[in-house]
Amino acid sequence: MQQYSGFGLLKHAITHHENWQRVWRNPTPKKSYDVIIVGGGGHGLATAYYLAKEFGITNVAVIEKGYLGGGNTARNTTIVRSNYLWDESAFLYEHAMKLWEGLSQDLNYNVMFSQRGVLNLGHTLQDMRDINRRVNANRLNGIDGEVLDPQSIKEIVPHMDCSANPRYPVMGASWQPRGGVARHDAVAWGFARGADALGVDLIQQCEVEGFEMEDGAVTGVKTAQYGTIKAGRVGCVVAGNSGVVANMAGFQLPLESHPLQAFVSEPIKPILDTVVMSNHVHGYISQSDKGDLVIGAGVDSYNGYGQRGSYNTIEGNVAAIMELFPLFSRVRMNRQWGGIVDTCADACPILSKTPVENLFFNCGWGTGGFKATPGSGHVFAASLAKGEMHPLAAPFSMDRFHTGALIDEHGAAGVAH
Amino acid sequence: MFNIHCPYCEEYRSEEEFHPSGEAHIERPKDPANCTEEEWGNYLFFRKNPRGIHHELWHHSIGCRKFFNITRNTQTYEILETYKSGEKPTITASTVSKKTGVK
Repeated sequence: MQQYSGFGLLKHAITHHENWQRVWRNPTPKKSYDVIIVGGGGHGLATAYYLAKEFGITNVAVIEKGYLGGGNTARNTTIVRSNYLWDESAFLYEHAMKLWEGLSQDLNYNVMFSQRGVLNLGHTLQDMRDINRRVNANRLNGIDGEVLDPQSIKEIVPHMDCSANPRYPVMGASWQPRGGVARHDAVAWGFARGADALGVDLIQQCEVEGFEMEDGAVTGVKTAQYGTIKAGRVGCVVAGNSGVVANMAGFQLPLESHPLQAFVSEPIKPILDTVVMSNHVHGYISQSDKGDLVIGAGVDSYNGYGQRGSYNTIEGNVAAIMELFPLFSRVRMNRQWGGIVDTCADACPILSKTPVENLFFNCGWGTGGFKATPGSGHVFAASLAKGEMHPLAAPFSMDRFHTGALIDEHGAAGVAH
Repeated sequence: MFNIHCPYCEEYRSEEEFHPSGEAHIERPKDPANCTEEEWGNYLFFRKNPRGIHHELWHHSIGCRKFFNITRNTQTYEILETYKSGEKPTITASTVSKKTGVK
């Protein structure tokens, strides 16, 4: 693999950028692999990367029905934070945060991780009680966090309306300085390049149509182009399509798929150098390095697989942003899109064994999976390598919907699901 | 944006007047106290979540405030029929799968 560096960039500039290597191969799949990952998004590629790098399993294929990182990895609003309330999720997201902090160096790929801080606003007394509780819980778990009053918020985001005038005035916020944003496509591409260099086969444009099973254990996946590809273990990381893939294996998941919309404005000069999220008026906003305002909110409340949603959801989202930033009222929106998120009743993911032996699922990340990409990939790789769930992943078993040990993260999930 | 025919109001109204309430025709276990954990968990949390024909419960929340059902394609978002609570759908996955080619 060609190492990227400043010197390399200079060298390629002299040769008119004609000698760049392809970033990954485009192989024909082998007959059999130790592990097959179904789904070539951020989490799937991260899983493959860590399987090869940390656990020495390089006979791995990632099978993707579209192109790498073309689903929710390319559609999210790129926010990274780890200020979750409950221990189980705080440890998992903080594990991811620690990996984020060294990710560009680790991958030799600039994922443009920018720790510009994340504000979660409170607009009611109950919001503030919840924020105090959550920040205290975070600090006990070693996660940075502060509770800010409106004046301190005003210093961080001078353009936000922190006065008493809005219908829901800003009463305070939680502030996680280590939170921020990362370039979502680069995350997928960086993991893909890293995995490929370690020998992982990335198979694109190949849809898994079923599983081959023997005695209640999965032994391979069925594809249209390449027939059956054998596998020792199969890990499914297919986000919104998890329910459909689980049905192919003959069981149900406690998930519902919803469209989640986001949009960006035309590029404007730097005005917002942090991430602002509000649970109560329900919207979040940051500014990308290109200058466009990146805006999102909650899901469309009906089930859907269409990667688009309804206009009234956008209208509500825009109204929330207008409430916070009246000065953005004349900014024109540039693009709008939807992704399909698989949501659980407790707003926590499922990292789990399944009723089918050797078949593992990593799904249910709902509206907030991007921030967990490296951590999710790391613990899922550990689980696939050992055949037992990693300790950080164990509480997220799908059994919790039968035992009742749910992890109710609706409060910290940033926006209502 | 959906234009939804409310079977009680008997007119088409904008989606903003409605709120989806998840999968339709879910029956509460008759004897909850004697359910196994699996039966109770399945009742509470496990949903069909199909890509294709889906029967949903909707609420005409700022209209007549009645619950009714919609048969909808979750891939194309096409609404195939709406019908009152307690009625059965006339269109199901098995009746349309050949016509639309959706799984």
